[in-house]
Amino acid sequence: MDALVNKRIKQVLKGDKDAFAEIVDLYQHRLFQVCFRMLGNRHEAEDIAQEAFVRAFINIHTFDQKRKFSTWLYRIATNLCIDRIRKKKPDYYLDAEVRGTEGLDMYSQIAASDELPEEELMKLELQERIQYEISRLPDKYRSAIVLKYMEELSLQEISEILDLPLGTVKTRIHRGREALRKQLSRQPHI
Amino acid sequence: MNACPERIVHFMHEYLDGEISREHELELKSHLQSCEACQAHMHELSDVVAFVKGAAHIEAPNDFNHSVIARLPKEKSSAGVSKWLRRHPVLAAAAMFLLLMSSALFTNFNDEQQFSFTKQENVLVEGETVIIPEGQVVKGDLVVRNGDVQIDGELDGNLTIINGTAYMASTANVTGTSEEINEVFDWLWFHIKDGAKNVVSFFEKEDK
Ligand SMILES: [Zn+2]
Repeated sequence: MDALVNKRIKQVLKGDKDAFAEIVDLYQHRLFQVCFRMLGNRHEAEDIAQEAFVRAFINIHTFDQKRKFSTWLYRIATNLCIDRIRKKKPDYYLDAEVRGTEGLDMYSQIAASDELPEEELMKLELQERIQYEISRLPDKYRSAIVLKYMEELSLQEISEILDLPLGTVKTRIHRGREALRKQLSRQPHI
Repeated sequence: MNACPERIVHFMHEYLDGEISREHELELKSHLQSCEACQAHMHELSDVVAFVKGAAHIEAPNDFNHSVIARLPKEKSSAGVSKWLRRHPVLAAAAMFLLLMSSALFTNFNDEQQFSFTKQENVLVEGETVIIPEGQVVKGDLVVRNGDVQIDGELDGNLTIINGTAYMASTANVTGTSEEINEVFDWLWFHIKDGAKNVVSFFEKEDK
């Protein structure tokens, strides 16, 4: 796979867009999925995943072919998603963060404000419910959880994608699991 | 549960990450056997993992690939543009026609890559270099495409070099403006896209 991808990359470097279309075919579902899970909206996910590929195309000369291409692509996509999420954040969210009250309690307070009433929650299909709970995670934990459990990547790969030390990735996954545990235990079980 | 050592929860996460040492695992297991609260905690965490893993795989929409390709920037390289021109023969022909119509260019070429230049008296051509010899005066504008210019004499007019370089001798003199355009294909692309009108007006301006 890597050999094929590197061959295509060399063709793209020579200006071959058809080779790039093949690269898009190989990774489009994975990238779209990450964006969808991060943003919770197909339309936005499509826009951001496409933008990620466009940026990869423009910057392909900066990709080090000794490394894994998917890691590089995921990194572009998650950065774009996080930017998009931060732009959408209401002010109170930002203020809370500035005050340094980082941690689960602050997040659950905020999450509580847009919590669905119990009867609405019961109407959600399992898949909707999963997406709803994921979307209530703070973006730091969300990206780690999505990469780990939905993209099924190793902690090492996640650390490269998010450009964070391995220890930080582990902490985020732990906190993400705890946050989900609290979210799920406060509400009727599925 | 408050009485339980904090490290127990930490061990739970190590366990879920598949990175727990034998020692920690033994401690975790013996604690869970004797503590219902932690047992429940461990269960809930395992449920969380199963819950998240239950997410369906999501696929990109059918037209995703096409939309990406359509969003790619137009190439700067001439290769990309000639490819585009090949794919759009009608527009390419229209563009060529407009180029050929412009009397400023010596029109004996079939392909946008070829060397061409304004017909002027007193100029010499060596290979793909247009030379204004020392002591000669060329009156009027000079446009050179895909070639170089060496000016040893005088040019009484504007000099435009598209995809080439001007070499000026110490004796050289250009009375008008001197301009090197090395991104002609970008320019061409832009004007074709913007419609034939712009191509015409560009040449009208060039021709003055
Ligand atoms: Zn305990």
